[in-house]
Amino acid sequence: MNLLVDALAWIFDPSHQTGANGIPTRLAQHLAISLLVLVVASAIAIPVGYLIGHTGKGRTFAVSLTGGFRSLPTLGLLIILALALGIGLEAPLIALIVLAVPPILAGAYSGFEAVDRRTVDAARAVGMTEWQIVSKVEVPLGLPLLIGGLRSGTLQIIATATLADYVGAGGLGHFIFVGQKTNDYPQMLAGSLLVIALALLSEGIFALLQKLVVPRGVVANQNTDVRTSSPRRVAVVGSPTEERK
Amino acid sequence: MNWVIENLPLIGQRALEHLALSVPPIILSFIISVPIGWLANRYRWSRGVLLTVLGLLYAIPSLPLFVILPVVLGTGIRDSVNVIVALTLYGIALMVRTTADALGSVSSDVTQSATAMGFSPWTRFWRVDLPLAGPVLLAGIRVVAVSTVSLVTVGAVLGIKSLGLLFTDGLQRNIVAEVAAGMVATIALALLIDFGLVLLGRLLMPWTRAVSTRRARRVQPIDEAVTA
Repeated sequence: MNLLVDALAWIFDPSHQTGANGIPTRLAQHLAISLLVLVVASAIAIPVGYLIGHTGKGRTFAVSLTGGFRSLPTLGLLIILALALGIGLEAPLIALIVLAVPPILAGAYSGFEAVDRRTVDAARAVGMTEWQIVSKVEVPLGLPLLIGGLRSGTLQIIATATLADYVGAGGLGHFIFVGQKTNDYPQMLAGSLLVIALALLSEGIFALLQKLVVPRGVVANQNTDVRTSSPRRVAVVGSPTEERK
Repeated sequence: MNWVIENLPLIGQRALEHLALSVPPIILSFIISVPIGWLANRYRWSRGVLLTVLGLLYAIPSLPLFVILPVVLGTGIRDSVNVIVALTLYGIALMVRTTADALGSVSSDVTQSATAMGFSPWTRFWRVDLPLAGPVLLAGIRVVAVSTVSLVTVGAVLGIKSLGLLFTDGLQRNIVAEVAAGMVATIALALLIDFGLVLLGRLLMPWTRAVSTRRARRVQPIDEAVTA
């Protein structure tokens, strides 16, 4: 446990608060990379996911994409891109985008898919246009699952951004790798603690967001006790965080 | 390609080391998840508490977890025990939720019938609940297996021996073929273990092949997802 104290001392050491290698700089790098990737990946994944969810076409493709990526080793992808594009920021950015798209895509299309088809038919029956059905019915109702997708996508990004410094991209992973090279375990530990704190923070923010975006009408009608509503629950495989509603 | 042919023994050795690090976490997380999953399914409070804690555990990125665990375990950073414990934790985080849901999705009509026929809670669990939850449990452990095999490679940046070392070594020596070989071997290993689990599932649950039950059909999209 002394090691943890050393790591905390390392984090709060004033000499690690400033400069190009200070914690704020590395944290800012980590956040900048993560945010940029999140925005780009969302810009690709959300429209495609909505298209798949609304039309129902290409679902098999989306499912196999999200499942197949689970077996892709992130480190290998990162390194092979780094060898192809050279050391720097490009390779990690592309690798991170590739890794973040599948979970966001899954969140987007499963959000649409979770909307009761009768609700969509009712919307069509009262004269809504396709565009109105998407924007006024499917998007709001699918929002919790989309946020769930963004949540696991962001987690994936923050985790993999830690590895990005292995190919020279900076970020909080820098402390782990420098600590390893100089046999400075407290520094490695400090870097790890910072990454974990960041990951848990993002997890907390998204969990809160996921609760907030449930439309009010849905909350009112929601049966909170699953046991009285149905004796069977739909099994969720492969996700410890997304609570199905 | 030449690199691959010349270094086949090395790839084989790394694959074996990789296997030795991935198989124990898969088995351990399954065994540990069954009682925890049962507990999570049994009471409302335990479901909330357990799933929240495990969700947070799953949120911890793998590299930091590899670095931090030695403080808790007193092991070295490159010990296989360290890696196996870390990966088992992730496996449990994924698997407990699936186990709880799988047990929860067993029809209450069936469990009540079993009780009425005189099954004690203990035998009912082993002979009714668990077999009926089987297909979903299988789908869950397949996801755990594939992600475990992929996560083992991360340890390579700390010098942990696995197929991941082909990545780090390939980067240092600038051999693209080595990195590519590592990726192909990792994915192949994941598919191999996945295939083994499917085979094991058919052996242990012959009824899932005979009649396509409603529950078996429900896991199908995930089957596609993992094998694709």
